[in-house]
Amino acid sequence: MTTLQATEQKVKTAVQEQAHVFTGAAAAAFIGSGIGVFVMGFLTTLSEASSGIANLLNWIKAAGPLSGKTGVSVIVWIVSWLILNNAWKGQDYDLKKAFTITLVLIGLGFLLTFPPFFVLFAAE
Amino acid sequence: MSMTFRELWTSVHGMIFGALFLLAFAGGLAGLYSMRPELLTAEGIAERVKRVKLGTGLMAVVAWVTVITGTYIIYPWYRAPAPEGLADLAAYPRSFLKADPAIAGWHSFGMEWKEHVAWLAPILATVVFYIVLKYGTQLAENRQMRNATMVIYMLAFASAAIAGLFGALITKAAPVM
Repeated sequence: MTTLQATEQKVKTAVQEQAHVFTGAAAAAFIGSGIGVFVMGFLTTLSEASSGIANLLNWIKAAGPLSGKTGVSVIVWIVSWLILNNAWKGQDYDLKKAFTITLVLIGLGFLLTFPPFFVLFAAE
Repeated sequence: MSMTFRELWTSVHGMIFGALFLLAFAGGLAGLYSMRPELLTAEGIAERVKRVKLGTGLMAVVAWVTVITGTYIIYPWYRAPAPEGLADLAAYPRSFLKADPAIAGWHSFGMEWKEHVAWLAPILATVVFYIVLKYGTQLAENRQMRNATMVIYMLAFASAAIAGLFGALITKAAPVM
């Protein structure tokens, strides 16, 4: 391969890479949001089941345990998103798989915030 | 015709932010749905992306402002414990609802679900805004990503709609005064 051909190949590859849409960042954002939603639901049910956990989550007295549940959920969401984004950015990730995982996590999150479900675990 | 300070905040939280949220959602969804190469020219897609960024960005910001004001301004008024022995509980909505088994469900089901499910909306709306910002016109070419983004966007709206509906009904049963 001549120098000219090698240069042409490099340019071609660079153009192709520029046009390609890497899906890793989108997958990280989707799954990160699913984790945040799931944690919100999990903490809702957990604090219903344990008054000790509810007290631990009582960060701001006026708002009660809701302040801790939402605070932890937002922190876990952002941290998990950053970690996944760092691992997958500039790469491809199966979007169908990422979306399925996200929907399962969101579905569980919704279920765990649903009162008729979480009262099943209520502390006596 | 007058409003107390608390009623004013409740109205801003539910009606002003709620209306803005609905407006932003409708604009964002219509933009996302129509972002297809078969429907628009390249210039059309670029122009549409600007509107979708505005719609999804506004929805994310409004969702955050709504849950933060709801949780830290209005909710403490709602859940404030009534002084012992007080006969008229109208100024203490949670105690008022729990005292009457006929309307207690507005708290044990309605408020309990609303206060938690509402917080799913800003998380999901923020992710949609990020995807639109990061991928922009590329969303038009990647149908799978665009559809997934639209579903997450609709779930953000659904969680806010549940919270908004219960907020309105609970306020009717036991207003924050």
